[in-house]
Amino acid sequence: MENLIALLVAAPLVGAALLLCGGKRLDRTGHWIGTLFAAASFAVGVALFADMLGRSADHRALHQHLFSWIPVGGFRADVAFQLDQLSMTFVLLITGVGSLIHVYSIGYMEHDERRRRFFGYLNLFLAAMLLLVLADNYLLLYVGWEGVGLASYLLIGFWQHKPSAATAAKKAFLVNRVGDMGLSIAIMLMFTTFGTFAFGPVLASTGATSEGKLTAIGLMLLLAACGKSAQVPLQSWLGDAMEGPTPVSALIHAATMVTAGVYLITRSGAIFNAAPDAQTAVVAVGAVTLLFGAIVGCAKDDIKKALAGSTMSQIGYMILAAGLGPIGYAFAIMHLVTHGFFKAGLFLGAGSVMHGMNDEVDMRRYGGLRKYMPITFITFGLGYLAIIGFPGLSGFFSKDKIIEAAFAKGGTEGWILGGAALLGAAITAFYMTRVMLMTFFGEERWRNAPTPSPDRPSAEPAAGTGGEYTPPHPHESPKVMTLPMVVLAIGSVFAGGLFSLNEAFVKWLEPVTSFAHGHSPVSATTVTAATTVVLFLGVGVAWLMYGRRPVPSLAPRGSLLTRAARRDLLQDDFNHIVFVRGGGHLTTTLVQLDHTLVDGAVNGTAASMGGLSGLLRQLQSGFVRSYAVQMLGGAAVLVAATLLMRGV
Amino acid sequence: MTSLAAAASTGEAVQFWLLGTVAVVGALCTILMKRAVHSALSLAGTMIVLAVFYLANGAYFLGVVQIVVYTGAIMMLFLFVVMLVGVTAADSLKETLKGQRWLAAGLGLGFGILLIAGIGNASLKEFNGLGEANAGGNVQGLAALIFTKYVFAFEITGALLITAAVGAMVLTHRERTERARTQREQSEARVREGKQVPPLPAPGVYARHNAVDIPGLLPDGTPSELTVNPTLRARGQIRDVSRESLAELKALERRSEDWLGRGSGEEPEAPPSGGASPKEHKEGAKK
Amino acid sequence: MNPVYYLYLAALLFTIGAAGVLIRRNAIVVFMCIELMLNACNLAFVTFSRLHGNLDGQIIAFFTMVVAAAEVVVGLAIIVTIFRTRHTASVDDASLMKL
Repeated sequence: MENLIALLVAAPLVGAALLLCGGKRLDRTGHWIGTLFAAASFAVGVALFADMLGRSADHRALHQHLFSWIPVGGFRADVAFQLDQLSMTFVLLITGVGSLIHVYSIGYMEHDERRRRFFGYLNLFLAAMLLLVLADNYLLLYVGWEGVGLASYLLIGFWQHKPSAATAAKKAFLVNRVGDMGLSIAIMLMFTTFGTFAFGPVLASTGATSEGKLTAIGLMLLLAACGKSAQVPLQSWLGDAMEGPTPVSALIHAATMVTAGVYLITRSGAIFNAAPDAQTAVVAVGAVTLLFGAIVGCAKDDIKKALAGSTMSQIGYMILAAGLGPIGYAFAIMHLVTHGFFKAGLFLGAGSVMHGMNDEVDMRRYGGLRKYMPITFITFGLGYLAIIGFPGLSGFFSKDKIIEAAFAKGGTEGWILGGAALLGAAITAFYMTRVMLMTFFGEERWRNAPTPSPDRPSAEPAAGTGGEYTPPHPHESPKVMTLPMVVLAIGSVFAGGLFSLNEAFVKWLEPVTSFAHGHSPVSATTVTAATTVVLFLGVGVAWLMYGRRPVPSLAPRGSLLTRAARRDLLQDDFNHIVFVRGGGHLTTTLVQLDHTLVDGAVNGTAASMGGLSGLLRQLQSGFVRSYAVQMLGGAAVLVAATLLMRGV
Repeated sequence: MTSLAAAASTGEAVQFWLLGTVAVVGALCTILMKRAVHSALSLAGTMIVLAVFYLANGAYFLGVVQIVVYTGAIMMLFLFVVMLVGVTAADSLKETLKGQRWLAAGLGLGFGILLIAGIGNASLKEFNGLGEANAGGNVQGLAALIFTKYVFAFEITGALLITAAVGAMVLTHRERTERARTQREQSEARVREGKQVPPLPAPGVYARHNAVDIPGLLPDGTPSELTVNPTLRARGQIRDVSRESLAELKALERRSEDWLGRGSGEEPEAPPSGGASPKEHKEGAKK
Repeated sequence: MNPVYYLYLAALLFTIGAAGVLIRRNAIVVFMCIELMLNACNLAFVTFSRLHGNLDGQIIAFFTMVVAAAEVVVGLAIIVTIFRTRHTASVDDASLMKL
C-alpha cells in the first residue's frame, strides 16, 4: 500500500506538467485533465484511507522511501514520504476540497482564455501542498513549503494585467519570504542540534536537548507559520491576496495553504512541548490574530476581504489551540478540517454571488439576493451557521472545544486566552451576520447607480455602458459551480458532529499528536452555554445594526476604530513606517558610513601610499651610482643582520 | 712546495706584509688615479701581487691563470678599450652627485668595519694545509674535481663564455648603412673641398724628434698642427717644443760659427719674433 | 702566520673596490673596481681552500674568473656601444631609464 503514497503527489504533478507544457492543443480539454488528475489523487487518498482504517491504531503510519536526495558522508537527506493519521487528514482535505474546487473552477473560469494555465497552477499547488504534508523530513517539507508559495504567487497574480493583482502577488511572496527565512533558519538549527532533518529522529530526541535551543527552533518555526498562515505580525498579505480568482481564495487562502503553519506547529509538537516559552509565543500570536482578524472582518465592505479577515481570525483559533500543547493539537486540526469545509463553501458562495453580480465585490452594492440565487443562499447560509458555531453544526463542535481548551490552560493565562477566544466568537458572529444580512437580505441596493465616493472615485459603470447605469441581473450559477457548494455545505453541517461522535477525531489523531484532557476551571457545559450566549449576542447586535436599519450604499465615515480596521488596522502603514522608511534611513546611514569610514580608510590608505611613494620616488634618481650606494647599504644591513643573528 | 702551503712560515709572513702593502696601494691608486690608463696599470699590479698570494697559498694553477688570463688578457682588454674609448672622455674627479662621496666613504668604511669585525670574530688559527689535496699535483686535483663534482657547472660556464663572446660581437657590430667610399672618390672629394689635397705632412724639416706627439716644424720654424694626431691635441698631450728648439738651434749655429772662426756678423736669417703668421695648411697649399 | 690576515686583506680590497664603484664616473674604471672586488673574493676563496685543506675553494675561484672574463667581455662591449652613440663613458650620463 505504501507504494501508492508517491502517486498522491505524482498525479497532480503530472497534471501540472501536462497542462503547463502542453500548449494550446490542450486549451479545450485542459480543465477536464486538471480535474481528472486532482480527482485521481483524491481516489488514491481514499483508497489509502480505507486501508489505514483497516489496521490497528499503532500500525497505521506508512513510510515510503523514494531515493536519497543529498547523501554526504554520514548525512542523508531523503526524498521519503510518511503517511500517518495527521498527514492522512490533510491529504483527504487537500485532495477532497481541491477536487471540488477544480470542478467549481470549470464553471467559474469558463470565460477566461487562460483557463488551462489556471488549472495547471492549481494542480501544481496540489502537488506542492501534498509534498508538504507527506514529507518525512523538514528539508522535503521546505520544498513543498516553497512550492505552495510559488503556486500562491502565480495564482494571486493570475490576472496579471491588473496592477493591483500583480502587486498583491509580489506582496504575498515577499511577506512569505520572511517566514520562509524563519523555516530555513529553523532547519539549519535542527541540523546543527540533531544532525538530521527527519521527523522521527528530531522529534524523538527533543528530551535530550537544551531548552534554549528548542525555544530558538520553536520561535523560528513560529515565524515560518506566521508567514504562511497570515498571523500577526506577517498577516498583511492575506487581504490583498483576494485579488486572485475566487476559487484560489477558497482553496489556497482559506482551506489549505494558509493552514500549513498549523500543520507545521502540530507536526513539531514535540519541540514545542519541550519549549514552554515558544508555546507561550504561539498562543499569544494566535490570540492576538484571532481578535485582529475578527476586527478587520467587521469593517470590510469587500465580501472577499471580510472573509479573508475571518480566515485570519479562524486560523488564529487553530494556532492558539496548537500552542496549548497536547490538550489542543487535536482540536486545532479538527477546527482546521471543519474550517476547510465551511470557509471554502463561503468563498465559493461569495464567488457565486460575484459571478451573478458582474464581479461586484462591494457588499453595499448587494442586498436581497436570496430570491435570485437560492442555492447559493442556502449553502452560504449553512456555511455561515457553521462558522459562527451555531449549535449542532461543525464550527460549534470544533470552536467550542478550542475555547474550552484555552480555559484549561490554567491560571491567569487561561482566563485571558479563554476570554479572548470567547470575545472572538462574539465578533465572529457579528461580522458573519453582517455579511449575511448585507448580501442576501435588505433592500436591493444594486438597482440604483453607485454614488461616487471619495474612497472609490471611479466607481466604474457596470459592463461598459457609456455612462448609463444598467443594473446587473443576478442569477444562480450553473450546476458545475453549485454542486461543489452543496457538497461543502453538507460537510460544514455534519463534519463537526461526526468527528465529535465518541471523540472519534481525537482518538484518530492521538497516536501522532498525543492527547491530554484539559482540566478547565469552568465546566464544559458552562463554556458551551457562554459560547452560545455570546453567539446570539453578536448576531443580535449585527441584526440591530444592519437588519433593522437600511444599509447606506455609501460607507459612513465611521469611528476611529472602524476607519483603522478598514485599513487593516494600519498594518500596511506600520510596515511602511517601520520597515520601508526605517530601512531607507538605515540604508542612508550605512551609505554615509560607507562614504566616510570605509571609503575614508581606503582613500586614506591610497593617499598615504601615494605620499610614501612620492618620498621613495626621490630615491630613483636614474643615477647608477645612487643605486650602487643603495645596494651597498642593503648589503651592509644584511651583513650586520647576519652577524647579529650569530650573536656577535 | 706542498709543505710551504701547509704551514705559514716566517718568510711567507714577510712576503705577505710587503706585497700586501703593494696590493693595497695599487688598489687605492686604481680608484684614485685620474687617468683610466693609470688605474688599469695599478690594477694590473694588484693582480700580480694577488697571483703571488695564490701561489703562496698552494693554488699554483690559479696563480698562473691569474697572471695569464687576468693580468695578461683581461687587463689588456681593458687597456685596449681605454685607448679606444677613453681618449676624449675627460674624467674629472669633481663629484656631481650631492653627498655621493660622503655616502660612499661612510658606507665603504662601515661595510669594511663590518666585514673585518666578522672575520675577526671567527676563530681561525691554523691552516689545514693543502698537502693532502695537492698530493697528486694541484692541476690534477683541480681537474679531477672539475670533471667530476663540478662538471655541470663547468659545462654551464662554457655555455656562458660562448654566449658572452657572441653577445660581445652582437653588441659591438655595426652594420654599414652606406657604401664605403673608394680611394678615387675620396681624392675627388678632397679636391672639391679645396683643402689639404696631398697627404698630411710628416714631422717637419727641422724636427728633432720622430715622436708622434711633437709637431713638425714649418720652414719658418713654427710648429704645424697638421703633423700631429687630433686625438692627442684633444687630450692635450702635444708637446710643443718648436720655440725652444729653434732658440737652441740658433744658439748652436752661432756657437759653431764662432768655433769655426768664421765670425760672420750678419744673421743668416731672422727668426720671426711673433712667429705664427704663416701657419697650418696654407703652407701645404702653397706647395 | 695567522690565515686571518689574508682575509683581512681580501676584505680591505673588496671595500676599496666598492668605494671605487661608488666614487668613479668613468664606466671603465667602475668596471676595473668591480674586477678588484672579484679578485678580493678570489683571494678569500683561495685562503679558505688552504684553510680547509680541500680544493673546492680554488674551483669556485676558477669559476669566478671565468664568469668575470665573460662579464668583462660583455660589459666592455656595452661600454663601447654606449660610447659610440653618446660619445661619453660616464655612468652618470646614462640616466634616461628614470622616466
